[in-house]
Amino acid sequence: MSSDHADAASDGTGTLDDAHNAFVTEAIIEGDDEGPLAGRTIAIKDNMSTDGVRTTCGSAMLDDYVPPYNATVVDRVLDAGATMVGKANMDEFAMGGTTETSAFGATENPAAPGRVPGGSSGGSAAAVAAGDADLALGSDTGGSVRNPAAFCGVVGIKPTYGLVSRYGIVAYANSLEQVGPLANTVEDAAALLDVISGPDPNDATTNDGGAESDYAAAADGDVDGLTIGVITDLIEGAEDDVVATFQSSLDDLEAQGAAITEVSLESLEHAVQAYYVIAMSEASSNLARFDGVRYGPDTDAEGNWNEQFAAVREKGFGPEVKRRILLGTYALSAGYHDKYYKKAQDARAWVKQDFDDAFADVDVLASPTMPVVPPKLGESLDDPLQLYLMDANTVPVNLANLPAISVPAGDVDGLPVGCQLIGPKFGEETIIRAASAVED
Amino acid sequence: MSDSPVDADEVEHVADLARVDLADAEREEFTEQFADILDYFEALDEVPEVDSDPELVNVMRADEVEEGLSQDEATRNAPETEDGFFKGPSVS
Repeated sequence: MSSDHADAASDGTGTLDDAHNAFVTEAIIEGDDEGPLAGRTIAIKDNMSTDGVRTTCGSAMLDDYVPPYNATVVDRVLDAGATMVGKANMDEFAMGGTTETSAFGATENPAAPGRVPGGSSGGSAAAVAAGDADLALGSDTGGSVRNPAAFCGVVGIKPTYGLVSRYGIVAYANSLEQVGPLANTVEDAAALLDVISGPDPNDATTNDGGAESDYAAAADGDVDGLTIGVITDLIEGAEDDVVATFQSSLDDLEAQGAAITEVSLESLEHAVQAYYVIAMSEASSNLARFDGVRYGPDTDAEGNWNEQFAAVREKGFGPEVKRRILLGTYALSAGYHDKYYKKAQDARAWVKQDFDDAFADVDVLASPTMPVVPPKLGESLDDPLQLYLMDANTVPVNLANLPAISVPAGDVDGLPVGCQLIGPKFGEETIIRAASAVED
Repeated sequence: MSDSPVDADEVEHVADLARVDLADAEREEFTEQFADILDYFEALDEVPEVDSDPELVNVMRADEVEEGLSQDEATRNAPETEDGFFKGPSVS
């Protein structure tokens, strides 16, 4: 099971200046000499296993955890010739939208000094925006690739569920998450998706949707005749300046021959509620593995298994992770399962149906990626519910297992705004084509 | 949020189920925050029942023996091991 790329130079003396704390660990892993990504550097989110290089997931629980194997996506980018330059900072266990819940300190947004880079893949987006890496891998459970792409002014793709292997990714909410690429251009992000997509015998949820892909070739900017539906429900909650910037992207697309129409999806009103109930429930089960026996910090706790288990988790987990584990445990507990978890699954099915119906009439759906501009560092963590509501435009895509891309739409007083384009299942080429017309 | 389903005892009970010790201050803070969050989740009540087919189905195959992690690799990250096994506290 050990990989061909085990010789990591992980001596902690990186060559990057990392002025934005985009990396938890600077470490070089050289890729193959040849391949579609030869000569390119890549940042890997720190929830993806790297053989011989510590993988913290942004948590004190995994402060000194060193995986004995590579995640499938890591092997694929190295085989394709990319050189890893470091493990990117992230919200602890990918739970957050600002990269401020990391146990290794917040990341600053290179495109908006003093502000958050978004999250949870904030280090990945910041590394690309700052020029510390040509490319990056993030993971997107409820927007964690698209959100930081929008806030840092780069491109990010959340693929169709099952297009990319999750083998070797530290699990948070299995039914929702996908690994996705970040890059400075749509074509670069698409080329990275070509490399990481395709079936994997080690992840039974993968499909062959991306097996013989040439997504990079779809970045041709040709939107003549394309029908784009603007999701009005996701405009209503967005800031006026953000909507105006998003609208300028639509005007661009219309000028290039796309038809713009309006679409309303009634179910989206319940998407954030459904997303958080499902994600927290899955998290409460997934994170049970952090028991202080197989991983985790040593504590001086006395007592039996349960008592020591609880003490390690008090010490190793930060507040947002504890909140989600507890709320997930609550939502799944006797007497509340039908009220929360079952209803959330109904809402998820409803959201899927609404999207399916919408795609009968349009090729692509569009919204601002984030309803707001990046908040200032230190402003968001006091009110978890407000942070959850910031995910309103991104979580519906994960609930419906669909692909989506965030592409820079412009800025509000220098603060980046992203345009989100959503496609039907396996519609990666269509959204890449449309996004490449936005960036022109 | 006086009609909230959660009080400090309920939060303590859930923390106990989830095997997470909480400091007193954390319990107080969570009780307040959970009231807001669960109140927001209440709106799921309005969601109609939806019939849907699962997108994923189980596909069975015979087990095959493959090379896996060595015992040393598998236990390398454990705080305590003995003779190649994980070592944990007593169960009861």
